[in-house]
Parts: sequence; structure tokens; C-alpha cells
Amino acid sequence: MDDLLREFLTESAEHLDTVDAELVKFEQDPNNETILRHIFRLVHTIKGTCGFLGLPRLEALAHAAETLMGRFRDGMPVSSASVSLILATLDRLKAILADLEAAGTEPAGGDADLIDALERMSLGEAAPAPEPVLPEPVVRELKPGEVSLEDLEAAFLAAPGPDEDAFAPPPAPVPAAAAPRAPAAKPVAPEAAAPKADVSRSDVSTPQAARPEKAEAAPAEGGEAGPVKVQTIRVNVDTLEHLMTMVSELVLTRNQLLEIARRHEDSAYKVPLQRLSHVTAELQEGVMKTRMQPIGNAWQKLPRVVRDLSAELGKQIDLVMQGAETELDRQVLEVIKDPLTHMVRNSADHGLEATAARVAAGKPARGTIRLSAYHEGGTITIEIADDGKGLDLAAIRRKAVERNLASQAEVERMTDAQVAKFIFHAGFSTAAAVTSVSGRGVGMDVVKTNIETIGGIIDIATNPGRGTVFTIKIPLTLAIVAALIVRAGAHRFALPQVAVLELVRVGADAQAVERINGSPVLRLRERLLPIVSLTGVLGQGSGEPEAQAAGFVVVAQVGRQRFGILVDEVFHTEEIVVKPMSAKLRHIPLFAGNTILGDGAVVLIVDPNGVARQVSQGVQGAAAQAEAEAAEAEATEATTTLLVFKGGGGGFKAVPLSLVTRLEEIDASTVEWLGGRPLVQYRGRLMPLVPADEAIAIRSEGRQALVVFSDGERAMGLVVDAIVDIVEERLDIEIGAERSDLIGSAVLRGRATDIINIAHFLPLAYDDWARGPKRPVETATLLLVDDSAFFREMLSPVLKAAGYQVVTAGGADEALAALQADPRIAVVVTDLEMPGRSGFDLVAAMRGGDRRLAALPVIGLSGAVGAETVERARALAITDLVAKFDRSGLVAALAEIGAPALARAA
Amino acid sequence: MQAANANGAETGPTEDFVTVHVGDTLFGLAIERVHDVFVPSGVTPVPLAPPEIVGLLNLRGRVVTALCLRRRLGLPAAGAGADGPGAGMAIGLEQGGETFALVVDGVGEVLKLGADSREAVPINLDPRWRDLTVCVHRLDGRLLVILDVDALLNFNVTGAEAA
Repeated sequence: MDDLLREFLTESAEHLDTVDAELVKFEQDPNNETILRHIFRLVHTIKGTCGFLGLPRLEALAHAAETLMGRFRDGMPVSSASVSLILATLDRLKAILADLEAAGTEPAGGDADLIDALERMSLGEAAPAPEPVLPEPVVRELKPGEVSLEDLEAAFLAAPGPDEDAFAPPPAPVPAAAAPRAPAAKPVAPEAAAPKADVSRSDVSTPQAARPEKAEAAPAEGGEAGPVKVQTIRVNVDTLEHLMTMVSELVLTRNQLLEIARRHEDSAYKVPLQRLSHVTAELQEGVMKTRMQPIGNAWQKLPRVVRDLSAELGKQIDLVMQGAETELDRQVLEVIKDPLTHMVRNSADHGLEATAARVAAGKPARGTIRLSAYHEGGTITIEIADDGKGLDLAAIRRKAVERNLASQAEVERMTDAQVAKFIFHAGFSTAAAVTSVSGRGVGMDVVKTNIETIGGIIDIATNPGRGTVFTIKIPLTLAIVAALIVRAGAHRFALPQVAVLELVRVGADAQAVERINGSPVLRLRERLLPIVSLTGVLGQGSGEPEAQAAGFVVVAQVGRQRFGILVDEVFHTEEIVVKPMSAKLRHIPLFAGNTILGDGAVVLIVDPNGVARQVSQGVQGAAAQAEAEAAEAEATEATTTLLVFKGGGGGFKAVPLSLVTRLEEIDASTVEWLGGRPLVQYRGRLMPLVPADEAIAIRSEGRQALVVFSDGERAMGLVVDAIVDIVEERLDIEIGAERSDLIGSAVLRGRATDIINIAHFLPLAYDDWARGPKRPVETATLLLVDDSAFFREMLSPVLKAAGYQVVTAGGADEALAALQADPRIAVVVTDLEMPGRSGFDLVAAMRGGDRRLAALPVIGLSGAVGAETVERARALAITDLVAKFDRSGLVAALAEIGAPALARAA
Repeated sequence: MQAANANGAETGPTEDFVTVHVGDTLFGLAIERVHDVFVPSGVTPVPLAPPEIVGLLNLRGRVVTALCLRRRLGLPAAGAGADGPGAGMAIGLEQGGETFALVVDGVGEVLKLGADSREAVPINLDPRWRDLTVCVHRLDGRLLVILDVDALLNFNVTGAEAA
């Protein structure tokens, strides 16, 4: 393949990409002549060159497309169908170009279909077109680099191609001279001038746009060669890469020289060396610059993608792009291209709601995806924001627990941002349940991996109903980074400085590293920081001899995960040239590459992402184990999930998890005292705090753990010393506590644990809690049947709070007696699994009894709601089935039975 | 180098081999694959790497992956710290644009050998060795095992799936 052809291929590919993007813009703004002219010119260039190189197939296609665009230019209305047709033509052109690149010749075949369609489109609607064509509204001196319309026309006509009759008489610029005098045209002029100025600017500043016309259009278009000289040249990427490698070597050599000069006092070297150092630095910067490309290059295809998606999904989508001129290393650009496309696709597909849903939610019908990029320090920040529905965090929480990614307790305590991160877990996103509910994420794990391979980080912020923002931070370049040189064991390693937050000295005479079950942690400003020792993760740790860890902790942050890396010694920071790992070693996730230091030694570059993964894998392993244990426990017995906490005098207390709304850790300084009672602002409301035991004092500093209970709009924070665990165990309560704040005690995980009585605490928080804030059916009496005194005790206050008079019974017989005795009973809540006569027997007896009992609504409580249970329940006309510990479900079910039924019964 | 090699072949088809030894065995490497012979120094071990890899070293500004022929062949480490830095010699090999250093006990002369002394790989050889060997040449008093350089460097099967 000759050079001319090769050059043509690269340029045409670029042109076509630009045309793609421009056409989409044009479709939205059909009156923008600047865009149209730009497109026209690009397509024309392709056509011209094809003729020149003897590529008839390409030329014919380009010609047909050009003709249709000529019609647009002459004022034919722009329809979506016609733009689609042109886009299809461009796709065909690209396909032919690809074949051309592979084979060196134009592939055989015809394009009569497209050409026919194009011609029909241009002819069919051309007939009514020749009304007075939109005159050129602007008459002014051409700026340098601009081409007058006449020149352009001349160029078009001069270009090879049988287009004589396809063209309408060229819209002579002559009428334009009259235009400024026409009153209507006058206000248009300044507006139209602005985009023109834009064109000329972009011609100079963005080489992509300018280069093609300048460098290559020359043979076809004499008029194109304006007064602007050729400012750019095309350089082979390999040449640049080689240059970069050589500069890297130079940097290394300079570092070596500096190292030597440091050891020798001979000052004769100092000055020239200093000079060499500066020149090298500048050279390095200059070469780096040649590798820089505007991020817009990676965005080029997006308008087209969004347009197609928008048509396909039937959503109206605006794509807003800001900061397309932000430059970054081409290597980085290559890597983020696909993830970006993927994420924009995701935002359009899942992030944005359907138009109808948007309107219903009171949002503008057109969804917006905003893509922005800007420099920030040594990194580039890219944001992809949509104004869609946001992530369904509840579903993600649920899914995370289901998939054993975190335990219930952890998930409860996590912030929304942490929860959102679960979508990056491999396989998480692909799970059908989450994608259909939460909407996000096929392949988000791949996106994350891609971004992490170039040392980038990705973050999510989501706002329910308002949208989701993905933030990507990536380094400007991969080639040279600042790194901290550290020693671990016998060897030195380099740690990229972007991930390093601070250094903390630890050891006998400084701060000590503490251990929890062997896992080292460090107290850092009142927070615990998990620590890994570098020798440990590298598998060089010699067992457990480092009881007294000494050295430095490098505090690193990856995404939102913060952890410490324990190293033995910290030397200095150095600009290092990152060399890729050998293919034989690339599978080791802990290394990002290697480099040669000033003294000539090879050191490995530790990948903070890899270390972070190791840190969290340890955590996950433990969590999974706990889950497995829990699952095992569940299998053997019907169990209750209890939240265990420390409260008062070091004793353990527990409360059924089902009653708990959330676990919180608040900053103790946010506790306020009003009228002698502690309060805290919680989710925009005031929440009273009640200590779980008299012995607990609310902390005045540091973190305070809370167990939040809520009921409708009210919430109460139970102050505890520390949340210990969530256990799932069979509950054998020994009732008998004399204290009203305790139901009794039980043995949980081998520890005597007090089970607290929430009913005791709720009134302490709100005097009127027991009375209930709203009681539509105050007089309704409810019979609660459960063989377990504990559950009777537990549920009674809840039901009372919901506004019922509660009568309890410990078994079916007792319940029947109570029903006979108390005609006020309007609804029955019964445990279905009871020893002796079960709940089903009770209901069966009721249904067989007198009319009042037979018609009574019944809610069944069941530990396991299986198909069989549902079947039986239906047969007995049980109104609703509720899982045994689902307190809110029970209240909701009661509310559903509703006032009418109860009132009637009452 | 290849061209010069072909011209030098005057007396029948001969091939040039760089001989190296590990323990008592003499090995030959096709000379066109050998780019360098040097004394390895300043080897940086790579934690978690496959056992064959000794580490990385700086060869005139290039980072080179050093692998130990002894370990590659499944031989026990020689008594006196044979694979420590400074011990023995290294052969610079290239594959797929990457440079590798093959650490051996010692490097001998370059031999020009014809087809007359060439023998197929004995079938009773250890399978591990069999995969790495091309043929065997009968020399005076000893045997020269010709190694397949590509096979030598192609050991990352286990690591690839992890990556």
C-alpha cells in the first residue's frame, strides 16, 4: 500500500468521525450553516481524494451523500430520516475504508441501494426546494483561514465528479449583499458571525479539524490553501513512542548522574549537570506534550451513540459535553475510550427514565447526560452525570447481602456512597435482579478495572430521583510518575505518590500499631486505619515476629478506601519512568510496573489498587465466613437475628434486628441538649437519644454508636457503648428480669446477653409514643397469639403503638377462649407454627365456629413463608401472611385490613 | 547476524551454538537467539513471581527479566548459592520484543556443528526436559543438549489465567 493511500485512510477515518458528530449536531440545529458547511467540506474532501486516488466506489457514495447535503444547504428541510440515511452512508464508507485498509484495494460490490435512496431523497424533496434559498446573512471580510463561499463553490465544481446536473445552481452570494439591508436579516448577522469566528478559531487551535484540509485537500482544492501556513505535521505514533522511550532513558541517565554528583564534592560538574537536568526536564515536558490529545477525541463517537440510543429507546436525550479540549496522554485516552462509551450508554439506557416517567416525576421530558472533563492537579477529572432516577440503593444493599459481599450489619452501617460502589463488583452488575431494579451496570466491573489499570479511580454519587454522577480521576500520563521510594524487608519499592495521603511513623517510641485478632490497625486522629504490611502482602513476611511493628505507615487512599501500608523505611520521592512489567509477571496484581532508580537498581512499583484489593479481600473473606456460619445456624433451627451491643458495665445486650431501623455512628459533638434531654439532628429532624442502660453516659467526644428505631415519622436513637455483632441464633429466653427495660436474658454465642425491651425505651423518647401519633381505629382490639412469651412481649408494644388494644394468648386453646370471652376482638394475629395446636388449627377452629369468629380477619406470622404455607393460608382465608420478624410488614398488613373491616367488626 | 551466519556455512550445513553449562550438563543455544552474554548483578527479586524467575535486572538501561535455567529444568539449586547475584553468567535472549536473561552456571565456547553429530531427543528423557530440547549433539566425550529458546521462555501458562 503506498503512502498516499495510507494517509488517505487515516485522514478519511478522522473525517468520517467528525462528520458523524457534526451531523448529529446539525440534526438538532438544522439552521446552523456553519456546521453544514463544515460537513459539506469534509465529505467533499473525501470525495475529491477518492477520485484522485481512483476509488470509484467510495467516490460514488460520497458524491451521493454530498448531493443530498447540497440540498440541505439549498434549504431543503432536514429530516431525521435523511440524517439517518447519511449516517448509514457514512457507516458504509467506513466499512469500505476498513476493507481497503486490510486488502489494499476497494472491495467488490455495489452501493446502488444507498445511492438510490440518497438520490431519491435529494430529488424527491428537491422539487419544492428551489424557492429563494436562504441567503448568506453575513457579508464581511473573511478572516484568515476562512474560505469564501465562491472559492468553495469553485472548488466543488472543479472537483472531479459527475455532479453538474445534480447541483442546483449555486446559491450565489450576490443576494447576500442585499441582505443586510433587509430588516429581518439585520439582527441575524451578529449571531451568525459568532459561529463563523468559532470555525476560524478551531481551525488554528485544534489540529484534528485543521490538519485534514490543510495537509491533504491541496491536490483537490486550490481554493482551500488560504493565507494560513501549514502549522501541523503528521508524525507516526511509533516515532513518538520511540522519542518518549529515549527521553525516559535520558531522564534515567540524568538521575544516575545526579546520584553520582551527590556523592562527589567536585563542583566542576555541578553547573553543566544542573543545565543538563533542566534541559532534560524541558525536553521531557515537550515530548509529553506531543503525546497529548484532547479528550474530545475519545468523545467523538458519543453524540452518534446517544442519538442512536435515543431513537432505539424512545427517550429524548441531550448530550452535553464540556471541556472536550482537555488534553491527556494518548495512551490514557485509548484506555478510557471504551469505558466512557460504555458509561454513557449505561446512563442513557438505565440512568435516565423513560420520557413518560420523567414527565410524571415533574422533570423536563428531555433527559440530559453531561460529560465534563477538567484538569485538577496532576490528574484529570471526568464526570458523567445524568439527571435520571439515581441508583436504587435499597436493592443494592439487599443484593450485596444476598451475594455475601457484606454482612447485614456492615451494609446497614455503610454510607450510601459505599453501597453504590457495590455495582463495581464483578458479577454484581450482571445479576438480572439488580439490573432490572436498580438499572445500573452491566460490566461496570470491567469499567472499573480498565480505569484502575491506568492508575485511575472511579467514584459514584447518586441522588434518588435526581440522577447519578460518576467521577473518574485519571493520571495525566502513565509514562513518568512521582513515587515514594520505600524499603520493605530487604528490598526497595516505589509507591506512586497519587495514592499517598500522608506518612505516619510507628514503633516503640512513636505511635503503636495495635492488633485485633492479629489484624493490625492504627489509630489515626480518632479513626481506625486498617494496616497491611508490605512484606506481608508480598508474601515475604516471616510469620508473626513483628509483634512490635516499627517503621512507617504510608496512608493511602484508593477510591474511598483508606488504608495504611506498613513499610520499614521511607527514603525520598523520585520522578520515575514507569516501565511495563514483563509479560511473565503481569499477572501479579500488586505491581504496576518497574523502574530503574538513579543508582541503577531496578525496583518494583507497587500498585495501590492491587494492595487495596488485598486489604478488602481479607475483610471480605472474614465476612463470607461469618455469613456461612450464620447460614449454617439457620439451617439447623428456626432462629432469630439479634443485634448484640455493649451497654452498661461491659455487659452484652441484644435486640431483635427486625426492630432496628438503622445502625449509626455519629460524631459525639453533634449531640445537643434541649431541656436536659439529649437530641441529635438526624436526617433533617431531631431525634431523641435514650441510653440503653443507666450506666451509659453519652460521650462528649469521638464517635457515638447508636441503634436507631423508627416508627412512621418518629425515630429514637438508643445510645450504646459499641455495636458488637449480629448473631443469628435460636433464642431461649429466660424471662424473669425484674427490670422493665429488659425482657430477659439468653445465651448468645456462649455469652450471657440481656435482651432489651424496646417498649420500655420508646416512651422515654416520646411521652406519647405508646398512645401513638395517629390512631384511626382506637378501639380496635387485637388478639396476638404466640407460644413464645418473648414475641408476645416484643410485638405487644409495637401493636399498641400502632393503635390497637392488645390481648395476648400463649396457644390456640387459650386464644379460642379469649375470642369467646372478649367480643371486642376485631383482628387476630397468630403465629402459625406453634407446638400442639398450630396457628392453622386455630384458624380452622375459628372458621368452623360461629359467624363472628368465622369472618374475623386473621394475619398469620410465619418463620418461613413457603408455597405450602401460602396454600394452606389461602384455604383458611387467612387475610395476610407476614414473616415473623417483619414488624413494619405486620403493621402495614394491619393497616391494609383497614378501618372499615375493624370498625364493622368492632 | 543471521546473514553472516549463512555465509559462514561453507562446509555443509552447519549451525552455531553458544554452549552453557548447568551442573554437569552442557547445553547449546542457537547463536542467532543470543543477544548478550553478561554477568548478572543487582538482581531485584519479584515477590509472588513464578519460581523460575530470579528477578529483574538492569541491562544497560533496560529492565530485563532474569530466569534461572536450573529452576526451569527442575534441577536442585546448586550448593554454593548458584542463583544468587554474581553467581554464574547470564545469556540475553529476546522474545516478543522483550528481553530476558537466562541465568546459567557458566558460558563456554561457540561451537559450529553439522548434521552428522545430531541426534533426536532420547525418548527416555524427563518429559520436562523433552519439551525444552530440540536435539542432542554427540561431542568428544560429552553430549550437548540443544535447548529450544521459545519453549524455555514459554512457561507462564499458570500465571496467564490469573491475569
